[in-house]
Amino acid sequence: MTGQTVAGAGQTAAGAGRTAAGEVGRARLRKEDARLLTGQTNWTDNIAVTGLLHLAFLRSPMAHARITRVDVSAALERPGVVAAFTGRDLADGLGSLPCAWPVTEDMVLPAHPPLALEEVRHAGDPVAVVVARDRYAAADALEAVEVDYEPLPPVLDLEEALAEDAPLVHSDKGTNRAYDWPLRAGEDFAAVRERADVVLSRRYRQQRLIPNAMEPRAVVVTPLAATGEYTVYSATQIPHILRIMLSVVTGVPEHKLRVVAPDVGGGFGSKLQVYGEEAVALAVARRLGRPVKWTESRSEGYLATHHGRGMIQDVEIAATREGRLLGLRVRLLADMGAYLMLVTPGIPILGAFMYPAIYKMDSYAFDCTGVFTTRTPTDAYRGAGRPEATYAIERIMDELAAATGLDPVEVRRRNWIRHEEFPYTSIAGLTYDSGDYEAATAKALALFGYDGLRAEQRERRERGDTVRLGIGVSTYTEMCGLAPSRVLRDLRYSAGGWEAASIRVLPTGKVEVVTGTSPHGQGHVTCWSQIAADVLGVPFEDVEVVHGDTLVAPQGMDTYGSRSLVVGGSAVHRAAEKVVARARRVAAHLLEASEDDLEFSGGVFAVKGSPEARRTIQEVAFATFTSHDVPEGMEPTLNAGHVLDPENFSYPHGTHLCAVEVDTETGRTRIRSYVCVDDVGRVINPMIVEGQVHGGLAQGIAQALYEEAVYDTEGNLLSGTMADYLVPSAADLPEFVTARTETPAPSNPLGAKGVGEAGTIASTPAVVNAVVDALRPLGVHDVPMPCTPERVWEAVRAARETRTDGEEAPA
Amino acid sequence: MTHISVTVDGTAYEDEVEPRLLLVHYLRDRLGLTGTPVGCDTSSCGACTVELDGTSVKSCNVLAVQADGGAVTTVQGLARDGAWTPLQRAFHERHALQCGYCTPGMLMAARDLLRENPRPDAAEVRRALEGNLCRCTGYQNIVAAVLDAAEAERAAGAPAAAPAREVPA
Ligand code: FES
Ligand code: FES
Repeated sequence: MTGQTVAGAGQTAAGAGRTAAGEVGRARLRKEDARLLTGQTNWTDNIAVTGLLHLAFLRSPMAHARITRVDVSAALERPGVVAAFTGRDLADGLGSLPCAWPVTEDMVLPAHPPLALEEVRHAGDPVAVVVARDRYAAADALEAVEVDYEPLPPVLDLEEALAEDAPLVHSDKGTNRAYDWPLRAGEDFAAVRERADVVLSRRYRQQRLIPNAMEPRAVVVTPLAATGEYTVYSATQIPHILRIMLSVVTGVPEHKLRVVAPDVGGGFGSKLQVYGEEAVALAVARRLGRPVKWTESRSEGYLATHHGRGMIQDVEIAATREGRLLGLRVRLLADMGAYLMLVTPGIPILGAFMYPAIYKMDSYAFDCTGVFTTRTPTDAYRGAGRPEATYAIERIMDELAAATGLDPVEVRRRNWIRHEEFPYTSIAGLTYDSGDYEAATAKALALFGYDGLRAEQRERRERGDTVRLGIGVSTYTEMCGLAPSRVLRDLRYSAGGWEAASIRVLPTGKVEVVTGTSPHGQGHVTCWSQIAADVLGVPFEDVEVVHGDTLVAPQGMDTYGSRSLVVGGSAVHRAAEKVVARARRVAAHLLEASEDDLEFSGGVFAVKGSPEARRTIQEVAFATFTSHDVPEGMEPTLNAGHVLDPENFSYPHGTHLCAVEVDTETGRTRIRSYVCVDDVGRVINPMIVEGQVHGGLAQGIAQALYEEAVYDTEGNLLSGTMADYLVPSAADLPEFVTARTETPAPSNPLGAKGVGEAGTIASTPAVVNAVVDALRPLGVHDVPMPCTPERVWEAVRAARETRTDGEEAPA
Repeated sequence: MTHISVTVDGTAYEDEVEPRLLLVHYLRDRLGLTGTPVGCDTSSCGACTVELDGTSVKSCNVLAVQADGGAVTTVQGLARDGAWTPLQRAFHERHALQCGYCTPGMLMAARDLLRENPRPDAAEVRRALEGNLCRCTGYQNIVAAVLDAAEAERAAGAPAAAPAREVPA
């Protein structure tokens, strides 16, 4: 670029004096879309490198077995095959996969080799890897790998797994119990139970779910032998964490590793992971000095990509006959699967803090046992611990309503924290910073037409309609913005909760925002542009956001748990404020005014009282770049960075209402209407917020009605393909009515609370509560998830059979 | 190896392919047309949907040899001379995509619907897209976008495939 061009550009920007106002809160169309709509995408599987070799993994067909022999020699004879390795072949320089969340001091942490060594512990556990010149050849050659297995007993049932004589998933550990994690707060539960009028205990099951990001996982590794450097492209949510962990696992020094998350096609927690295939790809690239790629097939992913949920919840509440909660007791068995992956043990612990939800009570007792089974490991899936907790409390609140004869909304109202009580420290020890449950609920009830639907429900019951109307409510809060680093220390999580942002103002006044978050569909580029544009007073179009590459965005904690906007977006905001402070110094110098005398608004610094004495931020950027006339000692950039460690979690909340029609003869459930009012704090882009809510609802409703990872008694995954596992389509889901209340979060400069998980957390109990509400007069008190027609029909039949009088209970 | 001649997004190709090569891998790996992604191995997700001779097909369910003599349109062949189709525009305006992985398939399946039924209602759109899974959007905005595009096409008197309006800056 010549000096003249730069000068010209600087003047153009200055001359135009373009400003932006009120970007935050606008439904800006997404900058991300243009590439995605025209197929100019950069998915990991699209990455083409000269000389690329393809990996294929041979996976265990059994849930549990001892490996007595693996022989890859015949595979090496196959056409196109370049190499093949067993676990032993790669063991040198390939350590155990990491678990970053030892929730207790004495947690049992088994070894997790990226390729199995002595034993396989779940169907799909990888045993060998074949390297070939194309993907078809690699897949073909898997047939030629010979493996002898000596079957071992599968461990599938969470309660049986804890029995004295249970077969062991990890024989060297002597137990299937990974950890016990208790929490006690307030009065002793036994004491409140003693003085309660109503005591209810229920068992709820959180079925295993398969996250199903539409883009399968993929990894490409390109080595540079001369310097020992590697670039790892991965369909990951966590390029920064992955870089650290791959360095630890493979011994490649961190500064020789570059991790890139290119376009990533959804994650929902399943790409918040350090996977064996990533480590093996790096090890093979190092061994062969050649670039390699692995792309999972969907069926392979069902076995090898972590699953979500998988818990048994025994919940007990004690209450007065007026429906006031006295105490809550939760006993949890959490299925870890075969190994502890990155945050596996911590998922139920996140939930531990959320069972008390929005309610006040005198006693809370929680115990979780993590249990090893011979199934695919579990880990984060949309909401991670919080949907499970919300489900249990919201289901049993409906049982309390039934037991006390109160309306389910009224029961919640009698127990929830009132608006004027915030900030409120929950019994679990969290300080809820803001919230207005009354307002969200009132708005939701009105939009839903609650009273009218209740009237219709009564009328249909009275006339004996075989299609029952059911109404389900779910109120919720969640903890987002994970989390102040000191809190993470107390939770024994091995990383901080901060997020980094830096802003570079270019000589022409254009702006680059570098973020440590790593999006996969959430629209960070658009939202971060809005935030920066507002603070800097530059046009939205003049901001570019770069992310997802440890070389260009070297510092970050990545994207999960609805933390990106709350922590990462706030870091962008703070960095932009620092840029303005730098620019103010220069502007004051140029205008020969004191900094205090300058007003900054709409991208213009003006001297108070003499508005014609002004400089635009673009002019200041250019003046700073030339450095011809800047304050003494000023470096020639307007760049600034900020690392923000959040002060607190943020607490989105809301009220969801669902009306279902349940056919008591066929068991079929149809969602008739769905209304939700979410309070996600201050909204940056309402269009994106609404989209996030829709997607979350779809996943939460899917847990309620459709999805389940089903295993047979040998530990084979029966729902092993997309044809057998019901991911709902457009035809299965209703139109949603969404609305908001906005109570700003006081703990971050944006006032934002996070939205990615809200829909999933709240919708599952809303739907199941509606199904049970439809059937309660028939004597049904629960339908296990997913509430398939068969299960609904079975619940109705069982209830009819246990009733002797044939009469319906009062509604 | 079998010889095929096929036109993809307006360009003619002559190739030797293995009989078992799937059309989607031919497009992606041989022609480098990576705009069409793969989401499953059971023809269940619809991510790989393209048009073959004017009808939408799941390209993971078609062999490259079956496309011999045919014309394929992928998402990369939709925008012409810098102009998006009404569907692309409507997807953008309605926020009908998040990660965008399902989007090429959604666009191609929606084109097929609008060609056959230029006046669908919401329920018809939902039924027509049953074979295309999206994990991000909950479908509501996709349905709205397809309805918008249908209206835009009717207003413009343009067929589904015709480009319209400028690509936004
Ligand atoms: S990739 Fe073709 S339908 Fe899924
Ligand atoms: S936008 Fe992500 S799968 Fe549809």
